[in-house]
Formats: sequence, structure tokens, C-alpha cells
Amino acid sequence: MSDAVIVVALLLTAASATAAVAQRDPARQALVLSVLGSVLAVLFTVLQAPDVGLSQLAVGAALTPLLIMLSVRKVRRRGRTHDAAAKDGAR
Amino acid sequence: MMHVLPYLVAAYIFLTGCYGLATSRNLIHAIGCLAVCQSSTYVLLLAVGYQDGATAPVFSDLRPGSRPVVDPVVQALTLTDIVVGATVTALLLALVLQIAKRHGTVDPDELRELRG
Amino acid sequence: MNRLRLVLLAVGGTGLAALLVAACLGLPGFGGRSHPYGARAVHASLTRHTANTIASVNFDQRAYDTLGEMSILFAAVLGCVVLLRQARDEHRAQPQPAEVARPVRRYALIVLPVALVTGLYVVAHGQLSPGGGFQGGVVAATALHLLYLGADYRALERVRPLAVFETSDALAVSTYLVLGAAGVLAGTSFLANTLLPYGTFNTLSSGGTVPLLNAAVGMEVASAVVVLLANFLDQAVEIEEEHGS
Repeated sequence: MSDAVIVVALLLTAASATAAVAQRDPARQALVLSVLGSVLAVLFTVLQAPDVGLSQLAVGAALTPLLIMLSVRKVRRRGRTHDAAAKDGAR
Repeated sequence: MMHVLPYLVAAYIFLTGCYGLATSRNLIHAIGCLAVCQSSTYVLLLAVGYQDGATAPVFSDLRPGSRPVVDPVVQALTLTDIVVGATVTALLLALVLQIAKRHGTVDPDELRELRG
Repeated sequence: MNRLRLVLLAVGGTGLAALLVAACLGLPGFGGRSHPYGARAVHASLTRHTANTIASVNFDQRAYDTLGEMSILFAAVLGCVVLLRQARDEHRAQPQPAEVARPVRRYALIVLPVALVTGLYVVAHGQLSPGGGFQGGVVAATALHLLYLGADYRALERVRPLAVFETSDALAVSTYLVLGAAGVLAGTSFLANTLLPYGTFNTLSSGGTVPLLNAAVGMEVASAVVVLLANFLDQAVEIEEEHGS
């Protein structure tokens, strides 16, 4: 019984890891990473590691995706202001 | 099969992350792939420490000796690794932001052309 | 060029995969009964009256290792602060407060205190139940940022004096070091858990120095996460490059 739960959690982890790598847009990848973090937290709880699950839930599902999103936003915003400045210069 | 499956899943996650790292066209995406690689180490460590039928090594609601518990050493290693890994990810993201500022791109191939 | 790289990756990846599979087959089977280190760690933890074995491993048996982890954390945050500081060719733009949907605001402001207290609880009970400085610190620090969702960035900046958090980050690391050095002064060794009585099993003040080191780590992780997020938020929201530079 518990073996079946572990297998399902492992396969879900592998699938979401694949999805996180396959998603090439970093903003969407952050969301998939958040899913991966939650699935990993479930897996760790099933593996009788509640401490690690808690840590993974806080860090993997919230903190890391948040940092990636903020970086994406900064890079995109930078690109936009740069394009605008270039257009002004051309005019 | 069950006695190697978790290790194989950890290896698979690591290789997938490596593939993403090598083929990434965006440094932020590459850092996400690195996070995937990191998570494979957590799976491997916890799989090594697991014991069939054992419970979590926390004795606040468990009489010591009444049940087998899983290995706490690998759990402690994983726990610190997760938090420290996140700050290292943050450091890498900060480096990428600097690169974007100085070179105007986050595509590693374009960066290579710039250098030459 | 690109093709060559892919071929190289395929060859290297296949080789690595073969080696990894061979290594996996050589590992002791998943779920096996033999965990010599685990059994000894559990025994040591119980003799020192620490209910949460993982906290005992982190802050007692391998406290020196945790000191290393803390230094990595501290150095990484320091690096981020240096890298993300406001450069000479940048200026700060005051972000415009945007309208927040009423349910979001209400939900965020209700959850904020709950999440904050949960984080502190998790830190305080690290030696008893699952949790501890590492997890609770992250929870408490991210909870603070619900204010950004519920109100706006200026409100967050008011409740988050960055200098205070930077100082408390450094203070927490020093506290850990001082607690370690206190062991030396007391006549044993660095970070040895002999300073305080072990207390009654399964109460808040059990485990000797474990709760203190745990609290120091909680403080450091919480401050580190606040400082990190503040720097990234500044970059994403406030700091802009000068045009036409």
C-alpha cells in the first residue's frame, strides 16, 4: 500500500521535473517549478521526512519561483525601456 | 524493481536537468533547470535513508523504541541543502540581472558572440 | 557548431546515464533495514533529550556543519546585496500604488498574522516537532511579503527597515559563533552541547543548546530571505536605468 503511494509520488515528481525543463518560457517555468516543489513536498512527506517536506514547501513552492518571477520581470522591463529609448533615439 | 526505482528516478531528474541546462537559450531558464538538478539530490538522499514500515524520526508523539524510524542524518543534510540551495539560486539570479544590465541579453549564445 | 554541441551532449549524457544506472544497482536496496548512522544518531538524540532527531543532528551532532551552511547562506546574501545595489546610472522611480481587488486584500491581511505566527511557532518548536529555524525562518519572512499583495510596496517598505534586517542577519551568525565559542570557554570543545542542562524530554526547554542554535538559525534565515526578496523587489519594481545612457 505505502509502496504504491511512493511510486505514484515518484512518477509525479519525474513528470513535473520533465515539464519544468521542457517549458522554455522562464515565467511559466517558475509556475511549473512551483508545482514541482509541491509534488516534492508530498514525496518527502510520504518518505517520512516531514521536516524536509516543510522546508521544500516553503522554499521550492514559494521562494524560488518568486525570485525567478521577479528576475524575469526585471529583465523584461529593462528590455522594454531599452526598446523605447532606442526608438526615441531613432526619431 | 521497487528497490531501485527511487534511485533511478533521482538519476532521471538529474539528467533531465542537465539536458535543460545544456540546451537552454535563456540564463533564467538555465537557473530553473539547475533547481531541477538540485532537487534530484534531495530525492536520492531521502531514498537512501528510507526504511520500509518505519516512521518519521520525531519522538514528540512516539514512544522511543516502539517503532523503527527512518534515517535522520540524510534528512538533516537535505534540509539544510534546500534552504542554502535557494540562496545560491538567488545569487545566480543576481548575476544574471547584472549580465542583462551590462550586455543587454540573457541568451548564452549571444553572450559568447559579444565576447569575441 | 550547435550540432556538434548536441552530439557531445548526447554522448556525455548517455555515458553518465549508464554510470548512474550502474551505481543505482549497486546501492543498498530502497527501504532496507540497515541504517547504522541513523540508529546511532537517534540514540545520541534521545540521550540528549531532543525529541526531534533531525534538529539534534543539525544543531548538536553536526552543528559545525550547520555553521558552514550558515556561512554559505550569509555569503550568498552578501553577494546578492553587492550585485543588486543601485548603480550610478540608475535611479529610483516611485512605484504607483495600484488598485488591489478587495478579496485579495482581505485574504492577504487575514493570512499575514496567521502565517507570521506559524513561522515563529515552527522555529520555536524546532527541537520537538517537525520544523526548525530553516523552515520557520522562510515561512515568517515570506509571510511578511503578503503585505505587498494586500496593500502596496510602500507599506511593505515601511514595516521592513532593511538596515535592521541586515544587522540581525549578521547578529544571528555572530550569536551562533559565540554559542560555539562558549563551549570552548566552558572547557569542552567548539559547539559541543554541554553548556546547558538537557532539560525534561519533550518540553520547550529541552535539548541543551539546540533551541538556542535553532533560534539563531531561524533569525538568520528569516533576515536573509527578507533582505534577498527586498533586493529583488527593488530591482523589479523601483530601480530603473537612466534613459539614453
